[in-house]
Amino acid sequence: MTQRSGAMVDRDEILFRPIYFTGKGFHITFGILALVLLWSLYMYVTQLSSGLGLTGMNQPVSWGFYIVNFVFFIGISHAGTLISAILRLSKAEWRRPITRMAEVITAIVLAIGGLHPIIDLGRPDRMLNLFTAGRLQSPLLWDVTSITAYFTASTVYLYLPMIPDIARIRDRGGKMKWLYTFMAWGWRGTKRQKHVLNRAISILMVMVIPIAISVHTVISYIFSMTLQPGWHSTIFGPYFVVGAIFSGIAALLIVMIAFRRVYHFENYLKEIHFQYLGTLLLIMSLIWFYFTFSEYLTGVFGAEPHEMHIIMYKLTGPYAVFFWGMILCNFVLPVIIMSFKKLRTITGILIASMGVVIGMWLERLIIVVPSLANPRMELPAGMYMPTMLEWSLFAGGIAVFVMGFMIFSKFFPLISIWEIEEGRTHGRKEVEERIESYLPAAERPG
Amino acid sequence: MPKWAMVIDLDRCTGCGACNVACKMENNVPIVDPDEAQNGRAMFWMDMVATYEGEFPHTEAKHVPKPCFHCDDPPCTKVCPVGATYRNPEGLVGQIYHRCIGCRYCMAACPFTAKVYNWYDPKWIDGAQVANPDVSQRMVGVVEKCSFCAHRLQKVKETADVEGREIQENEYVPACMENCPADAIVFGDIDNRNSKVSRLSRSYRVFRYMDDLGVKPKVYYLARRTSS
Repeated sequence: MTQRSGAMVDRDEILFRPIYFTGKGFHITFGILALVLLWSLYMYVTQLSSGLGLTGMNQPVSWGFYIVNFVFFIGISHAGTLISAILRLSKAEWRRPITRMAEVITAIVLAIGGLHPIIDLGRPDRMLNLFTAGRLQSPLLWDVTSITAYFTASTVYLYLPMIPDIARIRDRGGKMKWLYTFMAWGWRGTKRQKHVLNRAISILMVMVIPIAISVHTVISYIFSMTLQPGWHSTIFGPYFVVGAIFSGIAALLIVMIAFRRVYHFENYLKEIHFQYLGTLLLIMSLIWFYFTFSEYLTGVFGAEPHEMHIIMYKLTGPYAVFFWGMILCNFVLPVIIMSFKKLRTITGILIASMGVVIGMWLERLIIVVPSLANPRMELPAGMYMPTMLEWSLFAGGIAVFVMGFMIFSKFFPLISIWEIEEGRTHGRKEVEERIESYLPAAERPG
Repeated sequence: MPKWAMVIDLDRCTGCGACNVACKMENNVPIVDPDEAQNGRAMFWMDMVATYEGEFPHTEAKHVPKPCFHCDDPPCTKVCPVGATYRNPEGLVGQIYHRCIGCRYCMAACPFTAKVYNWYDPKWIDGAQVANPDVSQRMVGVVEKCSFCAHRLQKVKETADVEGREIQENEYVPACMENCPADAIVFGDIDNRNSKVSRLSRSYRVFRYMDDLGVKPKVYYLARRTSS
């Protein structure tokens, strides 16, 4: 019996490898990213000491990159928890090697995104006023509430399914045993423990879905609750959620392809996983286009002057490049790549995913800036040019994302080992029984 | 309780800009250096919206002085996360500079672009500007806007209270009205039907910006009489 389980661990040895062995490439990449982060921290300090004047924001464009990136990063964070919860809930067997990475994306990106409104504050020193003088009528307070809830739920949802794996690392001994002993929470793999864990995961995955949807809905409410043309739209809630899941899947695909290559997970993240996620990406791309089309068609058809002014600014004005770039990246590129079998290789999927991430960032830019640049009063149109400071903090945010992932991979397995094992031992039987239950009863008298 | 409102007669307004200057001096509004002003950081509590229509030589210039409209249903106060902008019972929309966290949500929500932001630590030019002791100076990172010279109301209220009487017509007036050479700005209690403001607000020439938004601005404009 012990021999068998020993053989099992060996079978997934490659998943433990990154925890014990660190290559030269890791140090170099990490060093470069750390420099980027340090630089962006330095830039943030300059902003703290002189004020937001160092950014490209002005009047009337009073929100810029920080808010764009806030919406963008929070959108990416939907990759994880939501996709993993939906796949778990729908009992998709192919989810097993994917869920962990998806959940890690959420935890890291949510932390980065959640910091952005604070970076954007003119007086971050007074942030605690939100607690002493907070007004629940303000959509910003809704945001604070739902993002905090989502962060709590998604970190717990990341941590719980990690416990059996942490216990495994603890049992192997080696570095930082105290950490793993503490985090394994006394996991012995008894029947009762397994039962409790599965119950907890089941409850969380159901809870996490409405929280995740509320987060991006509420972020869209920041815009749609105002009276500004281009923002004041009832479609914004679902439109943002769809966009968030869309960019989330794309980010997940990029992360999966990257780690598959770096840590040689080819045996776990197979072609089929990319094909399935690619199909999801295609579906989301079509839904996204449907929403975009509806949003703009209603604007153009009604042709309310202020609304029309902003739509024309996006379609033909200074933001036309970004608008059509967005259509290209979010719709044309992924649909073409995903529709032709020849293009639907892993490289193709990588290109499509990168396109989608860029396109969704452009979408956030197109939502935030043009409405502000064209106020209702007959003022000259505003122009927004991000400065070095804003680009640096953007780069810093991305650096934190990659570094967070790299650090995580050095402490915990990126692919859930016990779930893969569970798939081997129970999954097959369970699926067989399930299919059996779908089919009409086999033997019937007469 | 009086409800303070303003009427700006565009037929009388010459677009001279005296109101803008008077406002800046009265309210310690920082003077931004020209480069920054060019980048959209100019700070005006009382702004001048200038539009030019038509082609030369048949051009028509339009100048509209634009203070904060002190809406009765202000979209800015609804979105403020900390209550740093609020509407008081007299209908004045105020700012609490020491509570503002600088998120600029109120600026994004204002349909009239009435709010301005302190992008840098404000500077006052020695000699050119002498700080008005009645108005608090703002700090970097907060939003500010026209207050209808609420500090003047404070003073007038005190005298009226001591003398045990109501505030008289034209006793409380903002700096822009006081300094308008064309008498284009009228200010007073709109709930008092005999006040000049109330009378003018019922003029056939009256209009309000974005009246259809339902935010009920309390700055009324009288349209220009044109021959064409």
